[in-house]
Amino acid sequence: MAENPQRAQRPRPLSPFVTIYHWPVTMATSITHRFTGIGLAGGLVVLVWWLVAIASGPEAFNQFTSLAATPLGQVILFLIVWSGSFHLLNGIRHLAWDMGFGFAKATAINNSIIVIAGSIVLAAAFFAAAYTGHGGYYQ
Amino acid sequence: MSLETPLHKVEGLGSAHSGVTHFWRQRVTAAALVFLGAWFAVSALGLVGAGEASTLAFLSQPLNAILMAVFVIIAAYHMALGMQVVIDDYIYTAWQKLSLMLLLRAFALAVIAASIYALLRIAGPL
Repeated sequence: MAENPQRAQRPRPLSPFVTIYHWPVTMATSITHRFTGIGLAGGLVVLVWWLVAIASGPEAFNQFTSLAATPLGQVILFLIVWSGSFHLLNGIRHLAWDMGFGFAKATAINNSIIVIAGSIVLAAAFFAAAYTGHGGYYQ
Repeated sequence: MSLETPLHKVEGLGSAHSGVTHFWRQRVTAAALVFLGAWFAVSALGLVGAGEASTLAFLSQPLNAILMAVFVIIAAYHMALGMQVVIDDYIYTAWQKLSLMLLLRAFALAVIAASIYALLRIAGPL
């Protein structure tokens, strides 16, 4: 074929980037699973910090609990609890997929909404129980 | 016509040379974490507002110390498997990918080592 500079300069069609699409709820649960997973890696650091603080004596333990009780500490703990709730519920969805369930479009959309709502309910229930004195039963 | 050699085909390890190992371990640790996570959530809620003495007493019980150790080990392993996929997906430069993979494994090991040490000090002879 002969050279055709006009043809070479014409912009070629591109695959649309993720921001172009209208976001279906399944896309939101998919990326949220990844984000909460990365967040829970940070949660693991907090868990180790807590364990080391318990092992290091009353001073370190009190430092951890007083930091955890600050508003910022509570927000971080809530984000960890919600991330855990979401990753757990959506993880169960992943395991169901691996067994061949839940691929129908309507099912996928329904389950996505259930997972999002369920994760918020679980995390809120955990904090509600803690704040209304229903936690702390191992004291 | 397949370009695969008969040996490659029968080994079934694919282009990553590890077959479904990563995929399978991710699922097995996930299934284990459903139950361990539930135990952890119940325990964490039970320790809300607990002082140092009762937290120590809780983690000194053999079953709780063992479950906490198993939870941290499997969670750290599951975390490493998952973060590996994230690095694989977004990091293309070979030396950056290798560095991050080594850092990731060091992080997972540090999490496990620090937790086991802490638990041995809490519940054990250290």
